[in-house]
Amino acid sequence: MLDAKPAAKPVKTLVEVRGLKMYFPIHTGLLRAHTGDVKAVDDVSFDILEGETLGLVGESGCGKSTCGRALIRLYDITSGSVKIDGTEIGHADQTRLRKMRPTMQMVFQDPQASLNPRMTVADIISEPLSEHTTLSKTDKLKRIYELMDAVGLNRRFANRYPHEFSGGQRQRIGIARALALNPKFIVCDEPIAALDVSIQAQVVNLLEQLQDEFGLTYLFISHDLSMVRHIADRIAVMYLGKMVELGPRDPVYDSPLHPYTEALLSAVPEPDPSLEKTRERIILKGDVPSPANPPKGCNFCTRCPKVMDICRQIEPEFREAEPGRFVACHLYDQNNKTTAGATGGTEADNEHFQQGETK
Amino acid sequence: MTDATLQPVQDLAPPRSQWRDVWDQFRTHKGALTGLGVFVFMTLFVLVGPLIWRIGPDYINPNVLVMIKSRNLGSSFAHPLGTDQLGRDELARMMSGGQISIAVGFTAMALSIFLGTLVGVLAGYFKSLDGPLMRLTDLFLALPLLPLLLVMMMLFAPMISHAMGVAAGTFLLIVSAIGVTSWMQCARIVRGEVLALKEREFVLAAKSVGTPPFRMILRHILPNVMSPVMVAATLGIANAIITESALSFLGLGFPPDFPTWGRLLFDGVDLMQEHPGLVVWPGIAISLTVLSVNYIGDGLRDALDPRIRGR
Repeated sequence: MLDAKPAAKPVKTLVEVRGLKMYFPIHTGLLRAHTGDVKAVDDVSFDILEGETLGLVGESGCGKSTCGRALIRLYDITSGSVKIDGTEIGHADQTRLRKMRPTMQMVFQDPQASLNPRMTVADIISEPLSEHTTLSKTDKLKRIYELMDAVGLNRRFANRYPHEFSGGQRQRIGIARALALNPKFIVCDEPIAALDVSIQAQVVNLLEQLQDEFGLTYLFISHDLSMVRHIADRIAVMYLGKMVELGPRDPVYDSPLHPYTEALLSAVPEPDPSLEKTRERIILKGDVPSPANPPKGCNFCTRCPKVMDICRQIEPEFREAEPGRFVACHLYDQNNKTTAGATGGTEADNEHFQQGETK
Repeated sequence: MTDATLQPVQDLAPPRSQWRDVWDQFRTHKGALTGLGVFVFMTLFVLVGPLIWRIGPDYINPNVLVMIKSRNLGSSFAHPLGTDQLGRDELARMMSGGQISIAVGFTAMALSIFLGTLVGVLAGYFKSLDGPLMRLTDLFLALPLLPLLLVMMMLFAPMISHAMGVAAGTFLLIVSAIGVTSWMQCARIVRGEVLALKEREFVLAAKSVGTPPFRMILRHILPNVMSPVMVAATLGIANAIITESALSFLGLGFPPDFPTWGRLLFDGVDLMQEHPGLVVWPGIAISLTVLSVNYIGDGLRDALDPRIRGR
């Protein structure tokens, strides 16, 4: 899928993130002195190509949602640069940001919480329209009905309130609102996490269908690895505020480079019972360190099964280990390759090779 | 779900006005309807009543002997609610007193709710204003209100009365005094609600749409703090009427020749045992007004909440 797509049309980078940092200050003591930061997102860089879906995965609290929100500037980022559609918005002020809003929209995790309980569906969907367009009342209503059709909501529901809908329908309202201004880029912040499984499939299929229809680009944040595998073209894995691996979907799922990705993917249940029996789970020991006080060196060094001495000293760089695949791990250091840990290094090297052959 | 796509736009009525839904729900609330009825009756009583019952509220019979004889009478056809200690007609005094009491109650409530909501929303929504505004609220809460009111009245009453006339001047002064000293509870309630609402995802969603702060407050925050504000408002009316009575009783509210319900009540307290009517009628009027307003507020609060509506 990924190999076919870039060939079909020239690839343009829609979103360019460089060194994104989002720190939440910690104030303690009587004088509320600034004593530290929760490093929710710490120096993350990646690109999202036009028309693709980048799946952002990681465990709870690793900074996925913060990353997504910082990306469309719902937070004032600590440092870094975010370019969307060629415009730098990393430190833009609210007025300029407001002009950029139609390009980037967001679908939220909890469809119950993300809809104002006092507004009708029509009001909710028309909010972006009244903020950014000067449509007349009838035109607006027409557009609302169009959007409701696009997300598969009955037009008769326009006058109802969010509490009258099921979770899946509410999420459709949220999606319709995000689509109202014909955005290019949508951040989907765990849009399916609050829905039950049968509805999840509906919503994900709707998102895919809308992507084909309107040429949307998604950042799909989720902790549901199977769902990400289904929808995403490329996968980014985060751990403790840092991106540890980024690469095309199939190579990442088939032969993860980073030990954390490996462990994460080994947790995906296998539907085939005979294969499920042979599935080897890598169970990580210990807890995620606090993002306020990350360990020295590699963030993952406290739990990594393939930890080396260097991991506790030097922070690994996020670099391209193979064409299109980025990883932040000392196992793949250029100069370290031959001397890397006997188990992890060679194993991973073999996998590289296989991957290279298939390409 | 798909059949909707076949429906032409014209077939569907445009979204109904929210206020029709609100009224439909309000009508189903029996207490609120009764309250509304009682309140309309009280309003008509004080506004239209004096046009029908034409005895002046301040009319004292110039003939001293007749006046003395007509003091503290029980109810009769000439004076349905009896007369007071100067022989003035109690019914006429109730009507004219009600005008002032209800006007003071509503205006002072409106002022205090406006101030309270404004301060509460600003403090809750804008982090930088939170500290200063809430300390200001604390400051007002710490003031001893009655002495403050007395001082305000004493200092400003002659000046304003002189500039605007006794009735209008005193009215303005009392309303602003009560309004300015009773917004703090409302501000605190609203601030708390706004702080909680601000973290809700729909506010974040509106932010991602690019809604500027002013419209954010009007569209998302205010409608959602309606319920507590409504409760504070209905309680505020009762509070304002009673505070006005207390001020009148202390001699610093309206001058003695302007009857208000509170004043009638306090005037009657001395003679309560011999002539209970003098206390009972204004008491009933105050209670009925306050109660009916509370019920109206209750019904309105339910009607404004779409989650309760339609149940």
